[in-house]
Amino acid sequence: MANQPSPVIEPGYTFGTVTDKISSIVLTRPTTNGWIVGFAAAFMLTMMLLYALGYLFLRGVGIWGINIPVGWGFAIINFVWWIGIGHAGTLISAILLLLRQSWRNSINRFAEAMTLFAVASAGIFPGVHTGRPWLDYWMFPYPNTMNYWPQFRSPLIWDVFAVSTYFTVSLMFWFVGLIPDLATLRDRSDNKYLKSIYGLFAMGWRGSARHWARYEMAYLLLAGLATPLVLSVHTVVSFDFAVAIVPGWHTTIFPPYFVAGAIYSGFAMVLMLAIPIRKIYGLEDFITDRHLQNSAKVMLATGWIVAYGYAIEAFMGWYGGNRYDQTLLWNRLHGPYSFWYYSLLICNLAAPQLLWIRKMRTNPIWLFLISLIILVGMWLERFVIIVISLTRDFLPSSWGMYYPTRWDWMTYAGTIGLFLSAMFLFVRILPMISIFEMRTLLPEAEVKPE
Amino acid sequence: MKTLPIYGIMAEFPSAQALVDAARRTHEAGYRKIDAYSPFPVEELGEAIGFHSKDNYVPLVALIGAITGGLTGYLMQYYIAVISYPVNVGGRPYHSWPSFIIVTFEMTILFGAISAVFGMLALNGLPMPYHPVFNVPRFAFATKDRFFLMVFSTDPKYDTQGTRKFLESLGPQSISEVPS
Repeated sequence: MANQPSPVIEPGYTFGTVTDKISSIVLTRPTTNGWIVGFAAAFMLTMMLLYALGYLFLRGVGIWGINIPVGWGFAIINFVWWIGIGHAGTLISAILLLLRQSWRNSINRFAEAMTLFAVASAGIFPGVHTGRPWLDYWMFPYPNTMNYWPQFRSPLIWDVFAVSTYFTVSLMFWFVGLIPDLATLRDRSDNKYLKSIYGLFAMGWRGSARHWARYEMAYLLLAGLATPLVLSVHTVVSFDFAVAIVPGWHTTIFPPYFVAGAIYSGFAMVLMLAIPIRKIYGLEDFITDRHLQNSAKVMLATGWIVAYGYAIEAFMGWYGGNRYDQTLLWNRLHGPYSFWYYSLLICNLAAPQLLWIRKMRTNPIWLFLISLIILVGMWLERFVIIVISLTRDFLPSSWGMYYPTRWDWMTYAGTIGLFLSAMFLFVRILPMISIFEMRTLLPEAEVKPE
Repeated sequence: MKTLPIYGIMAEFPSAQALVDAARRTHEAGYRKIDAYSPFPVEELGEAIGFHSKDNYVPLVALIGAITGGLTGYLMQYYIAVISYPVNVGGRPYHSWPSFIIVTFEMTILFGAISAVFGMLALNGLPMPYHPVFNVPRFAFATKDRFFLMVFSTDPKYDTQGTRKFLESLGPQSISEVPS
């Protein structure tokens, strides 16, 4: 039996027990001390974010480590990192839906929530990176008395449209998926106030066959629209670099390599959340070893696409014969930041090779550690791309160094706190597994065609 | 004693299969104003109550939305970059269409998705704060593990006694009259 894949949902469940098991986490499970401590820690980091941002608005971006030549520092590194993490949620909910991978049904809800919170964390950075967030509305095209319009030939304005569309569509996808489950919570809750609140958001959902038919169609269309969207978002993010002429940025490999890297880090984050959640809430019957294995395989595959990207970057640096590209390659291998380049290779290329071993793919602790290493590696990748290219561009007289300050680190750690706080609240007040989609996985859901 | 007007008669079934069978038989018996309620989407149920895929206007709404979005996106950029605020960027033509594709694409997706979601909600008549079906206490299980079939009193074939008898012949677990 060792070679049999584990089931998507353990046997012995009925519509009723699936419903009770998932809804009871929200409705009847008491708030544990562990949750309070975890949330408090995450919330303190969020407060630190507000402090760091407040000081930024007061003093300006001079408190950060950015300088000339490194005008882009932590803000864009963290932005790209967070946006990338967000990609796994949409991949799981949209692309795997279109590919009829029904195992996704038990992880899509919290993966979508993860996407939302990751994109929200990402959105903070472009919002504040000038230190003047009160002028952000200048990015949007609207008739104004200043007599100007945005410049649509710039990848940075493409980013505004790509990221805001991505956030909006992810939010709608997540909320549409929640409607039937909110109705379940409305009907299961004994508390009058909770009933009203869940009922308000369930909008009077009653599970009519006509409603379900339109609902399923809308859900499918959203998946079809979100699929090219998710692939476009990191492509557009990579254009921020690829359209520039800086060595190490100006390459055509960037879009596919960014998208693969995004999914790579996103699945790592999904695993880092799924492994503790399924343990703490006893959901091993719904998030089984099959889910862990499949996610590990996706990481292994996308990890190799990323490896291919690194190889092509290095190869083109040598083969292209361009002096500046060769210098960049030399700088990565031997320059002042070479330690981080080698760390990146160890994190992103060496560590995930452990996933070839089946025992590693099914061992939650190892998977958790490998995922953590991959997340660090993907952060380092953005650091290497941005800092190594900017510190040493065409003219040695304009070379420099970049050192992040404590404010950079506080802002970064603060967004992690914001992300975790939101996740803590999410698992406490909303069903973290899609109840109605789990019901469709049960054998009793099958209906004979006429 | 004043009798409340009846919204319809509701029968409860234990499984999706039983509900689909009952819905088919009700439709065959000539009832047209019927509805079925299930805790998860059952593909066959729409057909069984006579709601066919050609009656589903969500794709049309989404298509119109997506086309509107794409046109809005492109024309907006054309207006801005060529007519209202022409700026020479690196000697490119004002109508540098390849640069406009991305925003056009994103606007297509955005409008298409918004139309799909809000179109679905509008066609379903949601949000609806009050609905007579919730007057039946057992209906709370329609979002858990019970399946319901409803014949509305507006159906031409409806008569309280006869319809009730017909629904009883389908072998439901319970039958309730739904006050409106």
